[in-house]
Amino acid sequence: MTEIMLEIDNVSKIYPGRRGIFGSSPEVHALKNVSLSVRKGESFGLVGESGSGKTTLTRSILHLETPTSGSIRVQGQDLGKLSDAELRRLRSRVQIVFQDPYASLNPRMSVYDIITEPLVIHHETLGLTNRQRSDRAAELLSLVGMGPQHLHRYPHEFSGGQRQRICIARALASGPELLLLDEPTSALDVSVQAQVLNLLCELQDRLGLTYFFISHDLAVVRYLCDRVALINRGELVEQGDCADIFDAPESEYARMLIGAMPEVKVPASAGRGG
Amino acid sequence: MTQPLLSIRDLHLRMSSFDGRAHVLNGINLTVNRGEIWGLVGESGCGKSLTGLSVSRLQPTPPAHYTAGEILLEGHDLLKLSQAEMQRLRGKRIGMIFQDPTTNLNPAFRIGDQLVDVALAAAERDPDVIGCSPNAGRRERRQAARKLAGEMLARVGIPNALARLNDYPHQFSGGMRQRVLIAMALIGRPDLLIADEPTTALDVSVQAQILELIKNSVKDFDMGVVLITHNLGVVAQTCSHVAVMYAGNIVESGPVAAVIGNPVHPYTRALMSAIPTRETRRGELRGLAGSVPNLITPPPGCRFAPRCQFAQPACTAAMPTPVSVGDSHAAACIRVNEMEALVDD
Repeated sequence: MTEIMLEIDNVSKIYPGRRGIFGSSPEVHALKNVSLSVRKGESFGLVGESGSGKTTLTRSILHLETPTSGSIRVQGQDLGKLSDAELRRLRSRVQIVFQDPYASLNPRMSVYDIITEPLVIHHETLGLTNRQRSDRAAELLSLVGMGPQHLHRYPHEFSGGQRQRICIARALASGPELLLLDEPTSALDVSVQAQVLNLLCELQDRLGLTYFFISHDLAVVRYLCDRVALINRGELVEQGDCADIFDAPESEYARMLIGAMPEVKVPASAGRGG
Repeated sequence: MTQPLLSIRDLHLRMSSFDGRAHVLNGINLTVNRGEIWGLVGESGCGKSLTGLSVSRLQPTPPAHYTAGEILLEGHDLLKLSQAEMQRLRGKRIGMIFQDPTTNLNPAFRIGDQLVDVALAAAERDPDVIGCSPNAGRRERRQAARKLAGEMLARVGIPNALARLNDYPHQFSGGMRQRVLIAMALIGRPDLLIADEPTTALDVSVQAQILELIKNSVKDFDMGVVLITHNLGVVAQTCSHVAVMYAGNIVESGPVAAVIGNPVHPYTRALMSAIPTRETRRGELRGLAGSVPNLITPPPGCRFAPRCQFAQPACTAAMPTPVSVGDSHAAACIRVNEMEALVDD
């Protein structure tokens, strides 16, 4: 029996409607009875279109949003029942990489400051000295394929792919076990995307991480993930092993999404070429 | 022999920046006929968008400077036209769609009014557009333009089109706004449509619909399309022809079936192998190491040589010229003919 890393149990999130001088808006059901569980060491993909609730769910896992009902457990600990101090300790084990590496690094902080910030924040849990922190920063950079010569540079000196590597290094700083990846490659070119995806695979093999991978790119999910869940308008439509869902989708929604995937292959109608 | 719709010949573009002059377009040759959809693909910064902006002359000069070449729209060199003459072509002969549908509509005007303005501007050049004589009164012309705007909205698949003419852009979703922009680009019945990453900001399901719409419009309006994208899947699905760009050059071009089915340039091959497919096993995705070169001091000879796995000393001697490898399929690589043997190894 494999250990469960993350368990989402019947979670709903309702944003209240607004009443203003231009009329009122109805309440929004961002998540409706979502249940899923992520096993330790696997890559779990969450796929959905914009507005389907992917981000709300991610924010709930970080406890940046409180679900209206239901519970979220990370390694058995219910997020809703933790005190602030316990939550802070837990967050050193759950980290996130955001979509846009151009927006998620502070331009006025050096790479060293960026990577060591989590170490400072989680000082209580990690208890590293200054000296150990700088060693750790250099180690993290080499882990993501960069070198100590980059430590004292600023984000604007790096390309998109390198910035995303810095974001990954920052996420790994506090030694997390669960990494939330919120479309980490959708702002990157395909060639750079391939490098980052390979880095993620390698890191998972080396560090035994669990990935919760959010994406709307089915090709990337199929490549990286073991299991996948499809979400539409706040409801889980289908979940299961990646291979099963891509080969034999059961729901209409899954068939539609997979059918809309632009595959790089010779169009059948052209019937030419090698 | 009919004249091609768009013919870009040996176009060179330099950009002045604080660090020096960058050779951003380096001898682009591209011919687009009516009924063809040309995909322009490549990594960021390879000059795809600049090629598109050059055709519509929306690239400000300076900092841009065209050092050589011509852009012929049915035989007329667009680079020699004044801005006022160019303004008359835009919207009428050349339609444009850009990446971000939210920033390209004026939030303060109703969709209908924005469409009518484009239609009336196009009608000044060609009264047939709105099907109303140029001597007709202002009100009559406006009414005709509005009727056309409603038809166009319905055509791009917006339900209840006539009523929605009165809506403002914020009342439309992203995909719907992109449809409105397509309607706006098509309302003047352009001969040439330039679509710069029209679906990058959209979901895959909406993307598929928008691409289908562009494909159908080509048939309906007998136009030529330049579709700029970084997604080879989109090209395979939509385009009839493709030109692969790298660092300001077209490195491989030809019919989609030939280029995607049998890519011969190492860069095209590398781009294709960087996309995970059904067969790609975990950890086996082949990335393309390195990044696009600095164009202020480009590498000597073939600009792809520093990243190319098949590079030889001869590659850095001179810029390779396109070699024909089949029916209108060409690639700019000196080892094109050895490629099959090299790949098998």
